[in-house]
Amino acid sequence: MTNAIETAGLAKSFGETHALRGVDLAIRKGSVYGLLGPNGAGKTTIVRILATLLRPSGGAATVLGHDVVRDARAVRRKVSLTGQYASVDEDLTGRENLVLVGRLLGLTWADARQRASDLLEVFGLAEAGDRQARTYSGGMRRRLDIGASLVAIPDVLFLDEPTTGLDPRSRNQVWELVRRIAAEGTTVLLTTQYLDEADQLAERMAVIDHGRVIAEGTSRELKASIGANTLRVRLADAAQRPRALELVERVLGDGVFPAQQPLEVTARVASPAQAAAVLSALGDAGVEVAQLAVGDPSLDEVFLALTGKPAESPAPEATP
Amino acid sequence: MSNDALPTGERTHELLARQVRPQPASSLSTVITLAWRAMLKIKHVPFQLFDVTVTPIMFTLLFTYIFGGALAGSPREYIQYLLPGIVVQTIVFITVYTGVGLNTDIQKGLYDRFRSLPIWQPSPLLGALLGDLFRYSVATALILIIGFLLGFRPDGGALGVLAAVGLVLVFAFALSWLWIIIGMLVRTPESVMTTSFVFLMPLTFASDIFVGLSTMPGWLQTAVGNNPVTFLASASRKLMHGHPAGDDVVRVLISTAIILAIAVPTATRLYRKER
Repeated sequence: MTNAIETAGLAKSFGETHALRGVDLAIRKGSVYGLLGPNGAGKTTIVRILATLLRPSGGAATVLGHDVVRDARAVRRKVSLTGQYASVDEDLTGRENLVLVGRLLGLTWADARQRASDLLEVFGLAEAGDRQARTYSGGMRRRLDIGASLVAIPDVLFLDEPTTGLDPRSRNQVWELVRRIAAEGTTVLLTTQYLDEADQLAERMAVIDHGRVIAEGTSRELKASIGANTLRVRLADAAQRPRALELVERVLGDGVFPAQQPLEVTARVASPAQAAAVLSALGDAGVEVAQLAVGDPSLDEVFLALTGKPAESPAPEATP
Repeated sequence: MSNDALPTGERTHELLARQVRPQPASSLSTVITLAWRAMLKIKHVPFQLFDVTVTPIMFTLLFTYIFGGALAGSPREYIQYLLPGIVVQTIVFITVYTGVGLNTDIQKGLYDRFRSLPIWQPSPLLGALLGDLFRYSVATALILIIGFLLGFRPDGGALGVLAAVGLVLVFAFALSWLWIIIGMLVRTPESVMTTSFVFLMPLTFASDIFVGLSTMPGWLQTAVGNNPVTFLASASRKLMHGHPAGDDVVRVLISTAIILAIAVPTATRLYRKER
């Protein structure tokens, strides 16, 4: 068995809402795998089914060979879940939270205390360990929550949006921790809305949209799959951007990304010749170009090309 | 900000690898662990106890001194009648916190963690209830102490008082299951409070906690006389004062059994239901 997680035609409906419409996944043991998609795409539903918190309405899923419905208890013994909202008891101290989980897993009091101390150190919480968790920052809470998932090192760790709402420094810390956990041999399945997060951590990823996998592969494969390079033009003057957009559109037809930067125009180009054509059109019209680059598309652009909308746009469909 | 820096990768590996492979915990041990959690919450947020004891103390003082003279001739006489009922009222009211606590845990995602652990699934519910029983006992002790200071002298002695308290705890345990159901059905801890008070206000005030049944109009006597809280208040009064309480105790136990028979299966089903 080389796959830690396998799903076939996984479906889930909440009344009339079809959260998942047939998801097939095969996640290799020991890998870090990303589920990428906007809010409401169905990522959380997949994780909750795999962690035995939800029953699928159709299809099947196994974790380490155990069916998540028929053999839920065996699955629970091998996985840990860190949910979207830091699930720590805010009234308790960080240490007590970890001892609590240790005891629930069957450690003796002494072992549970020792493990709590070790984990507080691993997660950079040694000094804050005896403070109530309600006094923790978002990043500290998240680290404590992930720590609670490692009291017994799981074979599979689910991290549902592990860095949502964190500042950049905390985010980097969580990324580093995920790498270290993966280095212990744990298979990590993480969901994220941030494409750079998947790019940073995950060896392979599935792009999820409206309850379906719309693309799957390594970051490189996904970038190659849209079969084009990305042209980035940096302007000298933001006031010229509307004019520049118009010109680029005239040369390329569609393929212009609605980029956010006020000084940038990004577009999909099929060949270097197209890039040259854009450059000369801009020059002829007197639009001053500060910088020009042709490179791999970012995952944002991949997402846009696949779904026709930017990754961060929240979809109306709710994730229960 | 170096105080929360991560250790080196090597140290991390060393610490993580030091895990002890646990043996699955027994149901009893998980329930006790979760009750321990409830105790810790009381330790860290002692206001929880303050909160549930100030109101009854206020009630005792107000009723004893304002109405005592009119209702029973003197405050000292009235408190002999009132105090056992105040214990009942207090405990019945604070059972709501079981539902509030459960709802908070669900909202905070803590129940997701518990449910994804390889533990006996009802342990979080039972652990919380066990912790609550401790809270009820502390609240009861506090009210009894205030009562003694105000001149409450139970003729039934320590044994009578203990029997009454035990009966109140049994009933409270059953009643808590109702609020567990509400805690799982509504969205916020605040609505658990408001929803339960709709039931609790009539349950406690339309009882014989404050005045005897014989002072009420006939139709009301029928309603109040069949209120389980009235059974409990009557039984407690009789037990504390050493009067024969057999009938009332039986009625309380039957009410308790009925509540449990309905609420426990419903609550467990809801708990297993995904959300």
